[in-house]
Amino acid sequence: MKALRNFLDKQKPQFEKGGKLEKLHSMFDSFETLLFVPDKVTFAGSHIRDAIDMKRTMITVFVSLIPALLFGMWNVGYQHFLSLGQSPDFWTMFFYGFFKLLPIIIVTYGVGLGLEIVFAQIRNHEVNEGFFVSGLLIPMIVPADIPLWQVAIAVAFAVVFGKEVFGGTGMNIVNPALVARAFLFFAYPGNISGDKVWISDKADAFSGATPLGNALVGNFDNMPSVYDMFMGFIPGSVGETSTLMILIGAMILLITGIANWRVMVSVFVGGSVMGLLFNLWGANDYMNLPFYYHLIMGGFAFGAVFMATDPVTAAQTSKGMYYYGFLVGMIAVLIRVFNPAYPEGMMLAILLMNVFAPLIDHYVVESNIKKRLKRLKAVSN
Amino acid sequence: MSTDYIISKGIDIRLLGDADKTVVDLNAKRFAIKPTDFVGCFPKMLVKEGDEVKVGSPLFYDKYREEVKFTAPVSGRVTSLVRGAKRKLLEIIIESDGKGESVDFGKKSIDSLSREEIIGKMLESGVWPMVKQRPFSVIADPKAKPKSIFVNAFSSVPLAPDYDLLVEGQGEAFQAGIDILAKLTTGKVHLNISGKKTSSKVFLNAGNVQINSFSGPHPAGNTSVHISRLDPINKGETIWYTHVQEVVAIGKLFLNGKADFKRIFAFAGSEVTNPKYYRSYLGACITNMTSGNIKGDNNRFISGNVLTGEKIYKDGFLGYYDYQATVIPEGNYHEFFGWILPGLNKFSASGTFLSKLFKNKKYRLDTNLHGGHRALVMTGKYEKVFPFDIYPMQLLKAIMVEDIELMENLGIYEIDAEDFALCEVIDTSKTEMQKILSEGLDLMRKEMS
Repeated sequence: MKALRNFLDKQKPQFEKGGKLEKLHSMFDSFETLLFVPDKVTFAGSHIRDAIDMKRTMITVFVSLIPALLFGMWNVGYQHFLSLGQSPDFWTMFFYGFFKLLPIIIVTYGVGLGLEIVFAQIRNHEVNEGFFVSGLLIPMIVPADIPLWQVAIAVAFAVVFGKEVFGGTGMNIVNPALVARAFLFFAYPGNISGDKVWISDKADAFSGATPLGNALVGNFDNMPSVYDMFMGFIPGSVGETSTLMILIGAMILLITGIANWRVMVSVFVGGSVMGLLFNLWGANDYMNLPFYYHLIMGGFAFGAVFMATDPVTAAQTSKGMYYYGFLVGMIAVLIRVFNPAYPEGMMLAILLMNVFAPLIDHYVVESNIKKRLKRLKAVSN
Repeated sequence: MSTDYIISKGIDIRLLGDADKTVVDLNAKRFAIKPTDFVGCFPKMLVKEGDEVKVGSPLFYDKYREEVKFTAPVSGRVTSLVRGAKRKLLEIIIESDGKGESVDFGKKSIDSLSREEIIGKMLESGVWPMVKQRPFSVIADPKAKPKSIFVNAFSSVPLAPDYDLLVEGQGEAFQAGIDILAKLTTGKVHLNISGKKTSSKVFLNAGNVQINSFSGPHPAGNTSVHISRLDPINKGETIWYTHVQEVVAIGKLFLNGKADFKRIFAFAGSEVTNPKYYRSYLGACITNMTSGNIKGDNNRFISGNVLTGEKIYKDGFLGYYDYQATVIPEGNYHEFFGWILPGLNKFSASGTFLSKLFKNKKYRLDTNLHGGHRALVMTGKYEKVFPFDIYPMQLLKAIMVEDIELMENLGIYEIDAEDFALCEVIDTSKTEMQKILSEGLDLMRKEMS
C-alpha cells in the first residue's frame, strides 16, 4: 500500500498544473481517488462528514444490479439453447451469456468513461461516478445480440447529448441510460424491436416473442406462466426479465437508503391502478389481462427499481415523488395497452416523466410558498 | 406542565469523549473577544494595546450600530490586537490580573425599571450582544420590537454540554434574567427544555415564562426548530433569542449592578484524555484545558461543537457564544480503497456501511472529507434530517443563484446556517452548505437594510 502511495505521490506533480501531463489530470485523479480516498479535510462548516461519497453510492447501486445481471447472463444462454431445443448444463448456459455480454459491457464502459474523462478534463472537474452505474445499466436494457458499433454510438450519444451538454451528472434532464436505449430504439429499430431479436442466435422456427409482444397481437395462449415471468425464464432485454432478481436489487437499494422508496412504490402502485382500471373497462383481451401481469412482464420492474429512481432525473420533492412515480407506472401500462407500435411502454413513460419531473416539483414547491405567504397574510391582517 | 414537541427528523451523531460531569477551575490567564463572532459587526476600537481594563470596560463598538458596545470579560491589560488579511481585526487579547475589578453600573430593583432603562444598561455593560435575533442570527437590534423571546435551555449537538450543570446554583440570577427578558417583549418568553435530559429545578421551576419541551434527535435543540413549532417567523417580524448562561449574566447585571462574564465550558472529544467541565470567563484561552490532556499530536481544536464550531489553535480562545471546546483527530490521510471497505468504524446516515448494524455505537470521527466535491446528485436525502417545512435543496439553489425573492419565499428567514449542518454532514456531494447559507443570509440582510 505504502509503495503504491509513494509511487502515486511521485507521479502526481507531472499531472498537476504546469506538469508535463497536465492534460491527463482528470484521468490521473480518477485513478488515484479510485485507489485511495483523498486526504482532504473539512475546511468550512461541519468538521465531520458522513463516510459516504459518490463512489460508495454508485458501488451500492452497482452491487444491487449484480443479481439481475448474473441471472440475465444465464438467461441469455438458457433462451438460446431452448430455441435450439438443447438443454446443456448450467455453466454452459451461463458462459454463453457471459461471453455475449462481456463485449457489450466493455464497449459501453470504454466509450462512456473515455468521454466522461475528456469532459471532466475540459471542465477541470473531477470525474463523476455517475457513468459507473449507467455503464452497467445500458448493457442490461438491450438485447444480447445488439451490434457493438450501435452500442458505441448510442453510448456516445447518451453521454454527450443526454448528460454532458446539460452540465454533466447531476444536471441532466433525462436518464442517460434510457437515452442510449431510446437512441437505439429509434435509430436502429431492427435490432431492438420485433420478435426476432430477444433470443440470442435464435433458431428460425422458434417463436422469440416476448410476453409483451404476444400480448400486443392478442396471442394470449402463448403467454408464459406467471411463475416463469416472475422468475425471468422469458425472452427480453438482458437484465429485465427476472422480477425476483430485480426485487433483490430493490431490497439492497432500500436497506442502504440509496434509492427512494416513494418513487419505487408509487411506480408499482401506478401500474397496478392503471391495470385495474383496464380490467374494469374490459373492452378487449389485453385490458382483461390481470393487472399484476404488467408488473412482471417486460421492463416494468427493472424501470421502476433502477431507472425511475434516478435521483437526478426523478422528481426531487417528497410529495412530487409520489406523483412522478404514479404517473410513470400509469403511462407505461397505458402505452402498452393502447399503442400498437410500442409493445413496451416503460422506457417512454420514464423519459416522458423525466421531462415533467421539474414541473411537478415546481408545483409542489409553489404550494409550500403559498402556505408561507398565507401565514404572512394572516399575521398582517 | 409543558407541551412536549416531538421532532422526528434528524440524527444524533454519537461521538466518543463526552465530558465527565465534574467542574474544575480553568485558571486561564488570557482571554479574547473575537469580533468575527458577531455577524455583520464592524469593530471600532476604544482601547489600544497596553490599556488597563476592568470587567465591563468598553473595548470596541459596532460602526453600524454605535450603541452596541463590547466590553472586557475580565480585568487586566489589553496585550494585543490580532489582525488578519486586509487588517481585519480578529482578536482582542486581554491578560487577566486576577483581581476581577468591575465597572459599577448601578443597582435598582427590576420592577422599577423601564424597557428603555433595561436596554440602556445592557448596552452600556456589554451584555447586550448576548441577545441575538432572528432572522439572520445577528446581535439583536435594540430598536426592534420582538414578537417573542426564546431561551434555549438544552443542546442536542454531538458532545453537547449538560445545560443543567451550567446553571447549577444560579436559580436566582436565572429567574432575574428571565424577568428582565419578559420586560423586553410584549409577547411570550419561551423557555425550551429537553423532554429527556432536563431535570434542573432552575429550569423546571422558572416563572414568568412558558416552558416547552422538545424531544428527538438533533436538531431538536436548535432555536430555529423551537421557533418553527411555537411561533413561526414571517417576513418583517423579529424574534430575540439567547441561551442559559447569557440569561444568568443578564440577571446578575441587574441583581449586582456589575457585568459578570462567568462561564462553564465543556471540554470534550475523542482526543481529550480527561474530558470534563471548566469554570472560567467568556472568551477563555484553552491552553490550560489542552496542556497534558490531549492524545496524539494531529488534532483539530474546535471552539464549539463539531457541526458548527470554529477551528482554533491549541492555545486559541473560545468563541463569544460557545459553551464547549471539542478536540477530534485530523483526517489528512489517504485511505486505501476506503470507499469500498465494509466500514465498521465509519459513521454514515446511509445504510451503506456495516456500522449501521450497531445503533448505539459511539464513534471516533476525524475531519476527513471522505470523498471529492460533486454536483448535487443524491436528492431527497436532506429532508430526512431537516425538520422544517422548507425545501432545503431548493433553498440552497436559490441562494446559489442569488434569487432574493425566491430565497424569501422558500423560507430563509426561518433558519440559520446551523440548521443545515446535518444536511452538510450527510451530503454525498460534499457541498459546503453552511457557508452557502451564511452567504445567503448576509445577502438578505444587506438587501433589507
